[in-house]
Amino acid sequence: MNTALNTSAVPLLNAKYLQVDQVAQTFKTAKGDFPALRDINLSIAKGEFVTLIGHSGCGKSTLLNLIAGLTLPSEGTLICAGREIAGPGPERAVVFQNHSLLPWLTCFENVYLGVERVFGKSGRVDGKTKEDKEQLTARTQAALDMVGLSHAAFKRPGEISGGMKQRVGIARALAMQPQVLLMDEPFGALDALTRAKLQDELLAIVANTQSTVVMVTHDVDEAVLLSDKIVMMTNGPAATIGEVLAVNLPRPRSRVTLADDPAYLHYRKAVIDFLYTRQAHVEKH
Amino acid sequence: MNLKNVLSRGLPPLMGLALLVGIWSLVSVTSTNNFPTPTDTFWQAVEVFKNPFYKNGPNDQGVGWNVWSSLKRVALGFGLAALVGIPLGFLIGRFEFLSRMFNPLISLLRPVSPLAWLPIGLLVFKGANPAAIWTIFICSIWPMVINTAVGVQRVPQDYLNVARVLDLSEWKVVSKILFPAVLPYMLTGVRLAVGTAWLVIVAAEMLTGGVGIGFWVWDEWNNLNVKNIIIAIFVIGLVGLILEFALIKLATAFTFEEVQS
Repeated sequence: MNTALNTSAVPLLNAKYLQVDQVAQTFKTAKGDFPALRDINLSIAKGEFVTLIGHSGCGKSTLLNLIAGLTLPSEGTLICAGREIAGPGPERAVVFQNHSLLPWLTCFENVYLGVERVFGKSGRVDGKTKEDKEQLTARTQAALDMVGLSHAAFKRPGEISGGMKQRVGIARALAMQPQVLLMDEPFGALDALTRAKLQDELLAIVANTQSTVVMVTHDVDEAVLLSDKIVMMTNGPAATIGEVLAVNLPRPRSRVTLADDPAYLHYRKAVIDFLYTRQAHVEKH
Repeated sequence: MNLKNVLSRGLPPLMGLALLVGIWSLVSVTSTNNFPTPTDTFWQAVEVFKNPFYKNGPNDQGVGWNVWSSLKRVALGFGLAALVGIPLGFLIGRFEFLSRMFNPLISLLRPVSPLAWLPIGLLVFKGANPAAIWTIFICSIWPMVINTAVGVQRVPQDYLNVARVLDLSEWKVVSKILFPAVLPYMLTGVRLAVGTAWLVIVAAEMLTGGVGIGFWVWDEWNNLNVKNIIIAIFVIGLVGLILEFALIKLATAFTFEEVQS
């Protein structure tokens, strides 16, 4: 942490833990510049669960990649925990849409790779004691336990189902104890039942770890069920934030009791109105 | 496996073989040049393989020694090419600058018949054996450089993003991501290289002499022993087949499921 920050700044820092300030992103293509995002302003508090929702091509993944540091903005700044985001790092762990597990490593080794980097001898996180192999193994195992996959630890990604792969991806991200968990449509490729199960697991895990989460989704129910705040994005090109909806539903949340909760239905309606009335997607083919 | 299965799988290859032998018989019967018949060749082969490892001076050795010498040359030339070609391929794949630097050279030199390099080898190394090895080196280096470089360039961006998010050290990136991801491409390069090397060694040995399967073919031509030439052709084909098969087995053992997007 930056030593220049005095203690009185901490509450402010927590309220604006992750800050996106006047960010624009333009991609250079063969046909000239393509403006993907413009005028993005967003602040996310510590421990908040935020989803980005919008039609495909609206730049939600672009925004997530910017927060991850995988790409740098054309204009504006992104600040996380008082520091400008200049590149990717283990403090902002990413769960990729297609899990991105290394197929030649077992589930255990996939998770261990990140754990080793953050907590091991070669660890780059300052001020933490370097842990030995036993402790790193224990951490890895704990992460796999958390997503209910300790039995598959020594299988390769090719030998397990899509839902299990995605869980390993989540375990890999969580095992690094990131300050922010970034998820890019993590359940998009899964069937509805598996998706519901993983959403429930994610809710429980996040309640435990108090993580700050930014998640890209195109699923309205997923957004309302999980989020404290839903960021609704307008259609691209040059997409921006159309509206931010605060979801004030008490936690822990249960999908069964919420199903006919009027407040839940109200939020759901608000998102659907935004997506299908005000930002009705124009298919260009 | 039932009889029908055995027939449907075994019959076509047998028919192919029969066709070859049939045409061969026809040629040998109608030819006026003493072209040997399949039966004569078969008995000669039995004779040759009775004692494949005899040595009567440098120019008269068993077929086993000849194959062994050729394989040794291929192994040496190919091994050196792998030592140079694979790291070079990695560098070319990883650094755009080096890629631009070497691509014109590779494009220019790759289409050249490896035998054109033989005189250069003779000049520089002043010996038939190192010149043959040099020729093998030149012909097998290109597929390895090119395939390794392509493999490095095609490492899925997802894997590299994982490396960036986990902030892996350069060594971890190479050992845990680049190398395993490139391995299938590299092994394809190795397979192509060994195939070419085995093609070229026969021709190179015909020119350089000494002991080796290619020299044996040329020697038997000088003796007008066509039966042995035909035997040599089958031996060369068989060894090539075994090399290919072994490398395909090796490659499949190291190929993993790709990330589905």
